[in-house]
Amino acid sequence: MNRPAVLKDRAGERNRFQLRLLVAVVVVLVAFGGLVARFVWLQILQHEHYQTLAESNRISILPVPPTRGLIFDRNGVVLANNYSAYTLEITPSKVSNLDETIDGLSTLVEITPKDRKRFNKLKDENKHFASLPIKVRLTDEEVAKFAANRWRFPGVEINARLFRQYPQGEVGSHFLGYIGRINTQDLERIKARDEERDYKGTDHIGKAGVEQSYERELHGVTGYAEVETDASNRAVRTLRTKAPVAGNNLVLSVDIELQKVAEKAFGSRRGALVAIEPETGGVLALVSQPGYDPNLFVDGIDPQSWKELNESPDRPLNNRALQGTYPPGSTFKPFMALAALEYNKRTPHQAFFDPGFFVLGTHRFRDDKAGGHGYVDLYRSIVVSCDTYYYMLANDLGIDNIAQFMKQFSFGQKTGIDIEGEKTGVLPSREWKAKRFKKREQQKWLLGDTVSVSIGQGYNNYTPMQLAQATAILANNGVTFKPHIVRFVENSVSQQKVAVEPKPMATIPLKRANLDVVKRALAGVNTDGTGATVFRGAPYIAAGKTGTAQVFNLKGAKYIASATKEHLRDHAWYMVFAPLDKPKIALVVLVENGGFGAQAAAPIARQVLDYYLAGKKSTEPAAEAAVESD
Amino acid sequence: MKIDLKQIWRRLVMHLDGPLLILGTILISVNLVALYSASNQSTDKIIAQLTNMSVAVTVMWVAANISPQRMMLFAPPLYLLGFILLIGVAVAGDVVNGARRWLHIGVTRIQPSEIMKIAMPMMLAWYFDRREASLKIKDFLIATIIMLLPVALILKQPDLGTAILVGAASFYILFLAGLSWYVVLGLVLAGVSGIYFVTHWDLCIQLFHDYQCRRVATMIDPMADPLGDGYHTIQGTIAIGSGGIFGKGWLAGTQTHLDFIPERTTDFIFAVFAEEFGLVGNCLLLILYLAIIGRGLYISARAANLFGRLLAGSIALSFFTYAFVNMGMVSGILPVVGVPLPMVSYGGTALVTLSLGFGILMSIHSHRKMLQS
Repeated sequence: MNRPAVLKDRAGERNRFQLRLLVAVVVVLVAFGGLVARFVWLQILQHEHYQTLAESNRISILPVPPTRGLIFDRNGVVLANNYSAYTLEITPSKVSNLDETIDGLSTLVEITPKDRKRFNKLKDENKHFASLPIKVRLTDEEVAKFAANRWRFPGVEINARLFRQYPQGEVGSHFLGYIGRINTQDLERIKARDEERDYKGTDHIGKAGVEQSYERELHGVTGYAEVETDASNRAVRTLRTKAPVAGNNLVLSVDIELQKVAEKAFGSRRGALVAIEPETGGVLALVSQPGYDPNLFVDGIDPQSWKELNESPDRPLNNRALQGTYPPGSTFKPFMALAALEYNKRTPHQAFFDPGFFVLGTHRFRDDKAGGHGYVDLYRSIVVSCDTYYYMLANDLGIDNIAQFMKQFSFGQKTGIDIEGEKTGVLPSREWKAKRFKKREQQKWLLGDTVSVSIGQGYNNYTPMQLAQATAILANNGVTFKPHIVRFVENSVSQQKVAVEPKPMATIPLKRANLDVVKRALAGVNTDGTGATVFRGAPYIAAGKTGTAQVFNLKGAKYIASATKEHLRDHAWYMVFAPLDKPKIALVVLVENGGFGAQAAAPIARQVLDYYLAGKKSTEPAAEAAVESD
Repeated sequence: MKIDLKQIWRRLVMHLDGPLLILGTILISVNLVALYSASNQSTDKIIAQLTNMSVAVTVMWVAANISPQRMMLFAPPLYLLGFILLIGVAVAGDVVNGARRWLHIGVTRIQPSEIMKIAMPMMLAWYFDRREASLKIKDFLIATIIMLLPVALILKQPDLGTAILVGAASFYILFLAGLSWYVVLGLVLAGVSGIYFVTHWDLCIQLFHDYQCRRVATMIDPMADPLGDGYHTIQGTIAIGSGGIFGKGWLAGTQTHLDFIPERTTDFIFAVFAEEFGLVGNCLLLILYLAIIGRGLYISARAANLFGRLLAGSIALSFFTYAFVNMGMVSGILPVVGVPLPMVSYGGTALVTLSLGFGILMSIHSHRKMLQS
C-alpha cells in the first residue's frame, strides 16, 4: 500500500487513539458495573422476595376474556347476543385414546355423529393442547351425570362459557356475519396487528359482516387474574385481578322488520336488495338471497352443513349486494340523462325521432320496441325507457364525460361501506380498456363501446350496493354520505353513543333544475311508464326506474324468456326512491335471472316501500306483475 | 513424498488467535450447558446448535485467513450489496410478525440487516482509512450519512434491536476515528433526552411503532401489561432474583422448567443461566465477556493501520453492546428489544455474524507484522 506520506505526527495520533480506547474501556466497566449492581439487587437484596414468587406459589397469570358487545337494530331489537351455557370439553393432548373417551362419554351425554365430526374438524384446526368442545349446551341432568363420573375421564372438563347467538336466524345474515373459532389465518392477522395480548383467552373472532369489520369494537379488553397454582397447575387462590372491559355494543341503522319484509318478498328467488336512508347514508336493509343461518358457525360448523352451503349452486355464502357485479341495464339511463343536462348536451325539450334502431357504421343497434317510440324527449326517454335516445346521446356526450360523471356517483368505485369484501366493479373508460386488454387492437376504445355503455350494457358492471348508493345520492341532490350499516357504537362502560358517519363526505355540484327534470321523469315511470302497473294506487309518489340486464348476447335473435336456460335469463333491476319531494328511502332491487325489471324486481320494491312508508305488512312473496317491456 | 502433518497444522492455525480461541470456546460451552437446560434436555437442539457452531468456526477460520488489505477491497461492494438488499426488503420483503425483515433470493431467504452488522463498520473503517491523511469535519458528515441511511431502513422494518446494534457499531468507528468531544457530549445529552422522550407515551407514538413505545413503558412498570411485554420482564426478573448467590443448580431452575420463561433458548437464555448459576455465575460470565472485549481492544490498539484499528475497536465494542443490552433487558433495566446474548443464545445467524467478527479480529492481529514490514 503506497500512500502519500502521512505528514501528521504518528505517535501523537496513536496516543490520541489510545485515549479514546481508554474512554471506551471506562464506559464498558461502568456499564458492566451497572449490571453487577442490578444482579446484586435482584439476587441478594431482593432474593427472598423473588424466591417466594418463584418457589412457594408458582404464580400464573390467567387471562380473563371480555364479554363480546351486543348488536341491535335501529329500534333496539337484538340481533346478536351472548348466553351462558355448560360445555363438555376435551383437551386432546391429555387424552390417550380419544375415540374410547368419546364412546365412554356418549353413554352419559348424547353425542350425535354431527358432534363427533365437528369435534374432529376442530381438532385438526386447533393446537393439540387446546380445550375443545365436544358437546355444547348441556342440560342440568347431563352436567350432574358427568360430574358423578368425572374421575373416569381425565382430560375432559365441564366449563361454563358464553356463547354467541343470533336470534333472527337467517334474517340479515349477510350484513350481520358471524363469529367462529380463531384459526391460523386469524392468528396471523392478530399478530400482524399486535393484538395477541388481547386474544389470550378468546376463542372466537368475527369472520364476516359487521362481526368481522367491527371486531375491534366488539371484542373488548382482556383482563387477567394472578393466581396461585398447586403442583398440578390448578388454581388455588386468586391474588389479584384486573377485570376485563366488555366490548362495545353496535346499534345498526338497519330496520330488522324492514329487512324481514324485504327478504320475504324475494321468496325463493336469488338476488339482492339495498335500502339506504338518503339523508344519513345509513343502510336500512341489505338483502342477499339466499342467506344462511349464522348460528351454524359459532361452535364450529359441522362438515356436512359446510359442504351444503359451500357447494350449493345458489351460493348462499356469497354476499351479492357487495360482491355480485352486474350490468345495470336501463337503471343507468336516469344518470345518463342527468349527465346530458349537466354537460349541456341536451335540453329537456329537445325531441328526437326513434325509428326503432340506431345505425353506427354497419352495425344496427336495436331498440326494445319494434318500430320505435316515435318522437322522444328526455322525460319520455326515461318514462318509456327508449334505447335509441341514449344511443344517439352516446356520441355527443363521449365516454370521457360519462366516466367522469358516473365516478362521482360511486359507479365502479368502492362505496366504502363498513363491511369487508366489497367489489369494485367496472366503470368503463379509455384507461380501463387499455389496461384490461393485452392485444393492441383490443385496447382502443370504440364508439360502439360508448353506445352500449349508454344504455347500461357493454362493459358496465356494478354491485347492487353501488347502484343503491348512486340512487341515494340522486335522491339527496348530490349530497354524498359514506354508506354505513352501523349507526352508533355504544361504549359498554359509559353507555355513550358515538355516531359512525355523521357528516356527508362530498357534495356533487348539480343544478337543481336538472335534478328536478330527471326526478320528475322517474316519478313518471311509476305513473305512466314501465312501473305504472306495479305502483298503481300507491299512497306516496315513488321515483323509480326499471332495468333489465343482458346476461347472454343473443346476437340479434329475439329474447324469449321461457326458451332461455334459467341461468342465462336476464337479470331484473329496479331502482327507486320515495317520497319524491322528501326522500326517506332509496332502494335497489336485483333479481338474478329474473327477466324484466318491471316484472320481477319492481313488485319487491313496492312491498318494501309499502311497509316502510305506509306501514303495510306483507304476507306473500311479491307476485310477478304482468308487464310487457322494460 | 512424506506429508508433513506439523507443517499442515501450522498452516491451519497460523492466523488464529490463542486467547480469543480459548475465550470463545469457554463461551460456546456455556451456550451448550445453558441450552441443554433451557430446552428441557433436548438433544435435537444441541445437535442443531453444534451444526451452527461448525459453520461459525469455518466462517471464523476463513475470515482470519483473509488479510485486512483484501478485506478493505471488499468493504465498499459489501456495503453496497447490503444497502441494495435492504431497499429490496423495504420494497418486496416478507412480513413476519408484523415486521418486514426477510428477503427471498431464489432458493432461500435472508435477513439483509444482518449483513450490515459487519458491512457497516467495514465500510466506515475503509472510508476513514482512505481519508486518514486529510481528515476534515466534512468526512464525519459523509460517514454519518453512510451510517444513517441503512439504519433508517432497518428502523423502518421495524427492527429496533438490529438498528441499535448497527448504529452502535458505526458510532464506535466515528468515536474512535476522532469525532469531536463536543459532538460526543452532545450525543450523550441527546441520548438522555431521547430516553425522556420515549418514556413519555404521547410523544413516543408519534415517531415509533406502538409496540416499541409500549416496551419502554413496560420496562418502567412491568405490571402495566402483565399479559404482554411485561410478562417477559416479570418472569425474567423472578428467575434471576430467585437464583440467589449460588443459583439453584444446573437443570434445577423452577422458572425455567415450569415453562414460565418465554423465548428461553434465544433472547432470554440469560434468565435460565442466572437462575441456575446465581450471582457467581453471572459475574463469571461478565468477566468472560470483559476478557473478550479487552482482547479485542488490545488487538485494536496494536493494529498496523487505521482500518484495522477502527474495525477491531468497533467489533470489540459491538460485542459489549450485545452483552450489555441483552443482560440489561432480561434483568429489567433496558427495554425488550430483541438482541441475543452473544454466542450463548440459540440460533445460527447471530452466532455466524459474531464468529465472523472474531475471525476479522484474528486476521487484523495476525497480519499486523506483515503490514508493518
